[in-house]
Amino acid sequence: MTVLNMFWEEQKVKKLISMFALSAVIALPVFADDHKAKVGMITTLSGGGSGLGIDVRDGFLLALKGNNDIEVVIEDDQRKPDIAVQLADKMIQSEKVDILTGIIWSNLAMAVVPAAVNQGKIYLSPNAGPSALAGAGCHKNYFNVAWQNDNLHEAAGGYANSEGYKNSFIMAPNYPAGKDALTGYKRFYEGELAGEIYTKLGQKDYAAEIAQIRASGADSVFFFLPGGMGIGFMKQFAQSGIDLPVVGPAFSFDQGILQAVGAAAMGVKNTSQWSKDLNNDANVKFVADFQAEYGRLPSLYASQGYDTANLLASALKTTSVNDQDAFRKALKKADFASTRGSFSFDTNNHPIQDIYVREVIKEGDIFTNKIVATGLKDRSNAYVSECKM
Amino acid sequence: MSISLFLEQVLNGLQFGVMLFLMSAGLTLVFGVMGLINLAHGSLYMIGAFAAAAIASWTGSFWLGLVASLMAAAIAGVIVEIVIIRRLYKRDHLDQVLATFALILLFSEAMRWIFGAFPLFLDVPEILSGTLSLPLGIEYSKYRMMIIVVGILIAVGLFSLISKTRLGVRIRAGESDREMIAALGVDISKLYTLVFALGAALAGLAGAMVGAIQSVEVGMGEPVLILAFVVIVIGGIGSIKGALVGAILVGLTDTLGRFLLPSFFKIFLNPSSATDIGSALSSMMIYILMAAVLIWKPSGLFGNNSK
Repeated sequence: MTVLNMFWEEQKVKKLISMFALSAVIALPVFADDHKAKVGMITTLSGGGSGLGIDVRDGFLLALKGNNDIEVVIEDDQRKPDIAVQLADKMIQSEKVDILTGIIWSNLAMAVVPAAVNQGKIYLSPNAGPSALAGAGCHKNYFNVAWQNDNLHEAAGGYANSEGYKNSFIMAPNYPAGKDALTGYKRFYEGELAGEIYTKLGQKDYAAEIAQIRASGADSVFFFLPGGMGIGFMKQFAQSGIDLPVVGPAFSFDQGILQAVGAAAMGVKNTSQWSKDLNNDANVKFVADFQAEYGRLPSLYASQGYDTANLLASALKTTSVNDQDAFRKALKKADFASTRGSFSFDTNNHPIQDIYVREVIKEGDIFTNKIVATGLKDRSNAYVSECKM
Repeated sequence: MSISLFLEQVLNGLQFGVMLFLMSAGLTLVFGVMGLINLAHGSLYMIGAFAAAAIASWTGSFWLGLVASLMAAAIAGVIVEIVIIRRLYKRDHLDQVLATFALILLFSEAMRWIFGAFPLFLDVPEILSGTLSLPLGIEYSKYRMMIIVVGILIAVGLFSLISKTRLGVRIRAGESDREMIAALGVDISKLYTLVFALGAALAGLAGAMVGAIQSVEVGMGEPVLILAFVVIVIGGIGSIKGALVGAILVGLTDTLGRFLLPSFFKIFLNPSSATDIGSALSSMMIYILMAAVLIWKPSGLFGNNSK
């Protein structure tokens, strides 16, 4: 029992320290200076799915360490659209922020982003990239620093072709990002479908679906089940004794989740625009700094938060948020060292980047990913032509 | 569709139902005996899962984790009953809902504070991993089979406890007339604490068993809590038999609905809209079932109409 207690105490102390560090960052003074900006971060910090928001926040703050020009106000949306909308109103009206960022979930982004950009605020998305905001609903003030929602799934489809899969069973939750996922996979995948299932959002038990996979005669499985949903599926799939290759986007295999899935995830291929072992200077520094600061390995969400903050800092170096035209131009140049290597914006303000295929491996006691192939080179997105900006 | 796939889905439905029974048994007892609506029942389920994950990773034994889940949830139940719930029996349901909702928030944040925001690891024990070959070529997960067996054993145990033992007599008496049994010299507050702890322990056990095949994370209890309420409304509030029948009905309806509805719509629609409509409808099935039961029997299948 004492070992456990000591562990908890240590965790508590660590949390206290990080909270002090955080409050120091939040309390930075504001001066009316051209190269200064106030950022409102609305992200998920409590309840289910808070691991994602915490990683985005930690990555973002890590990049801004020692940067006194950017003041950050952080609020917790509890993964609820109504709360996110209230927070956005508060940040725009009473906190008077210049830039908004932080939202993890597509449904929350759809509730907040259109209103915020129409009020003249800049929005930098560190995670969600719904198709509606990439195509006809694009906006000059909206920049996505992560990916368009379909991207990682498209790479999974491309990878399935290269592996010669001819009969995939595909599955995603029944909500907009789930539909984007299956559409994305099918856009590149050339084989037949052994089955296509939409599961309930938040579903944890996949016995019924796994039985259907077993009976379907599929030669491979593609699934998009972010967060706890994916943990349940992978463990149950491994238990079922079905021996089929599994491909999915990185969302079910990020650093935070992998330890909870355990050995059931070993060898699974997943697609991501980032990986811890990407060998470029920015990424090597990021991975080392993140570990030193927080005592854990970064996830792709942390890398997205880090890149978002670095993009913002790069634009502020040369321009001011008060001159929006110049500021947007500076953002669009994407003149920063991304942890992903090459990174640029397409005309609809969404990234053009490589999407990699990773494999889950074990390093010592820790489950993590390594890159095994490049899924798609310089991938933009399918909605560029629909965006009239 | 083969008969073995269908039977496998029936087993899946049964397993889901049995798990729901463990959750709803405590909920229905607490409501039946003490007249208390306990929204924090899902938190006890979460506490069980976290305790199991912590002890299992510390000792390396899943079984010690299961024991820990029972104990941790029961202890949490006793503390909560004595410190907070006891003050709520005489208050109206709105006060109870508010107070126990506050407990959900307290427990969730406490777990996040202690264990962090990332899900914990809890795996099925080596001996139960893999599948069992049943007749008709069905390959069924050993672990899920164990959940079914444990659930049935607990159901049988609960029935004998309530119908055959002195404690059961008191529980039933407390349900029908609490002033009278207090007047007869039964220590009613001790009885209440005991019933609450029993319900909490069952919820904790359910959390631990399910945590091993799903995920152990903050907020895992609330979706199950909603289903448990559906179960006790269908079964009739306060009835253990109702909770069992309701749980199995909900388990089967949900599992078979998810499986059969999309295939049914594929008969006359194109596959993608069949999947759409089938998935949408199947997530409503248990609520449609609940509405149908309530129209037919307004106080549930085994509810007491005079109450």
